[in-house]
Amino acid sequence: MTKPKIMGPLTLRDPPEAVTRIVTLGRVLLVSALLGGLLLLVMAFSVLVGSAHVNPRRSIEMMLRMLVGLPSGGTETEEAILFSIRFPRVLLAGVVGAGLSVSGAAFQALLRNPLADPYILGVSSGAAVGAISAILMGLGALSLATPLIASLGALLTILAVFYFGRQDGRIHPHTLLLAGVIIGSFLSALIMFFISISPKEELRTIIFWLMGDLSIANYRAIGVIFPYVVLGFVSLYFHARPLNLILSGEEHAVQLGVDVERLKRICYFSASLITAASVSVCGLIGFVGLIIPHSVRLLLGPDHRLLLPASGLLGASFLVASDTVARTLLAPVELPVGVITAAFGGPFFIYLLKARKVVRTI
Amino acid sequence: MMDLQSVSFRYREDWVIRDLSFRVERGEFIGIVGPNGSGKSTLLKLLYRLIAPQRGKIFIDGIDLGAMSRSEIARKMAVVAQETQLLFPFRVIEVVLMGRSPYLGHLMFESQKDLEIAKKVMAWTEVLPFADRLIDELSGGERKRVLIARALAQEPEIMLLDEPTASLDIHHQIDFLDLIHSLNRERRLTIVMASHDMNLASEFCDRILLLQGGRIHSVGSPQEVITKESIEEVYGCKVWVDENPVSGMPRITLLKKEGR
Repeated sequence: MTKPKIMGPLTLRDPPEAVTRIVTLGRVLLVSALLGGLLLLVMAFSVLVGSAHVNPRRSIEMMLRMLVGLPSGGTETEEAILFSIRFPRVLLAGVVGAGLSVSGAAFQALLRNPLADPYILGVSSGAAVGAISAILMGLGALSLATPLIASLGALLTILAVFYFGRQDGRIHPHTLLLAGVIIGSFLSALIMFFISISPKEELRTIIFWLMGDLSIANYRAIGVIFPYVVLGFVSLYFHARPLNLILSGEEHAVQLGVDVERLKRICYFSASLITAASVSVCGLIGFVGLIIPHSVRLLLGPDHRLLLPASGLLGASFLVASDTVARTLLAPVELPVGVITAAFGGPFFIYLLKARKVVRTI
Repeated sequence: MMDLQSVSFRYREDWVIRDLSFRVERGEFIGIVGPNGSGKSTLLKLLYRLIAPQRGKIFIDGIDLGAMSRSEIARKMAVVAQETQLLFPFRVIEVVLMGRSPYLGHLMFESQKDLEIAKKVMAWTEVLPFADRLIDELSGGERKRVLIARALAQEPEIMLLDEPTASLDIHHQIDFLDLIHSLNRERRLTIVMASHDMNLASEFCDRILLLQGGRIHSVGSPQEVITKESIEEVYGCKVWVDENPVSGMPRITLLKKEGR
């Protein structure tokens, strides 16, 4: 290195060509538009397939007619299949997939741990204890009772982990992680206890809930989750840039002017609430919240201003597609969607890791 | 510029910094030296308010540091600390642009002006050619210069350096300090550097602060502070102090036991 030339106004003779590839608003909008388009395609396709056969051309006709406010022109059965079963299910899968991916990305930054996922701090186990209690009390038949009690369990867990995960009023990522994992294991023990005393009829419901189940989809369930996912996303997105800084360590973030404790609290509660809402309605759908943020990072880089919306949209597409496979692969038997997310997500993720050199191009 | 008034700090029981007062003038290059545990790093952390003193006050340009917001502080001073691993690798340009954070709102994207500033400071620190590389592909010396570029992008008046040369080979050590020195001389950037390397501190600093057990043992020009008596008293080992034959500044030579 020669002595730096720092006298006088600096003229750049050779501005490097590649310096333009930073995250700009334009790039965020472009990527969001592309991934949004993909999501629409996946959702449209997903509505057209299913175990009950409805002629695809006829389905499209019906949907287009509904869109412009005409009667659909289909039979009652066709209408029921399309608009009361498949539509809400696709929407629910989209909202949950988006929520889990955004929350996973936030937890990975908050805990500074690439293995973090939405369930790592025990929120899911809290929800599971709630849901299983509801099922065992025979409340499973009431439409929103299970999700309500599950969300109560999740909320109590969030508060408990927050309470035990702090020292001197500060969140220490490692303490928080320990508190979450330990409270989670304690709750898992409760879950196993409940399972061991469950009567046979309830057992299947419980197991399906634990494996993640989108089949309870209806518009009311979507209405319950949607506000949490949107609110959580918005509050995380408002801290997207500070979240970048915390990746290089808390001291660095402080040096660059971030109120780190406030950031961690907001991030913890936003991500936890998204998880709680998703899990309470759909059970434990694994893998989405772990692999989608990583895949997006490998493709687009770690900047949260791009990562959060891209993860949300890609996660939505991924879960809609996985659920479509889960309900059609062995139709009329329905597979737990968690089986599909793991079976397809895992190998894809490994492929991305191997292909790392060629990515980050958009 | 910076004024510490009987500052004391402790983590738990024992006072790490005891009743410490001193001033840093604008444009000075100050070295903080002292044995392990003498409070060098703690003092730096107090200066950028990662921690707050239990007693005493610190003033920056007459304003109480405790009353300033985080981003106000980050606009006044930048820190180049020992490195930490980035969890997920950013590009060099992205890391340098992080230095613009104190000037941006929460969501804001960097403007053309921010990009200009980033390119300018990257040219000063000669990392512009790596702008598009991932930070974890660079060597230790290159990464250090990227961190200085990030600090300079904050357009600070004061730069705090914590053991800046610890992980560098001698070539990069002298390059690094030459760069800091020219920023100090030509841009009137005030420098406060904590270092174990007293020979480098002696070469570059206007004044040296020798700490012992959280107190100031002595403070003054390198000639006044780096003496055989004070070094042997503070560090408790035998040294030889003479003059650097080129610069005439004090030079320390360590002596092994039988050589005494």
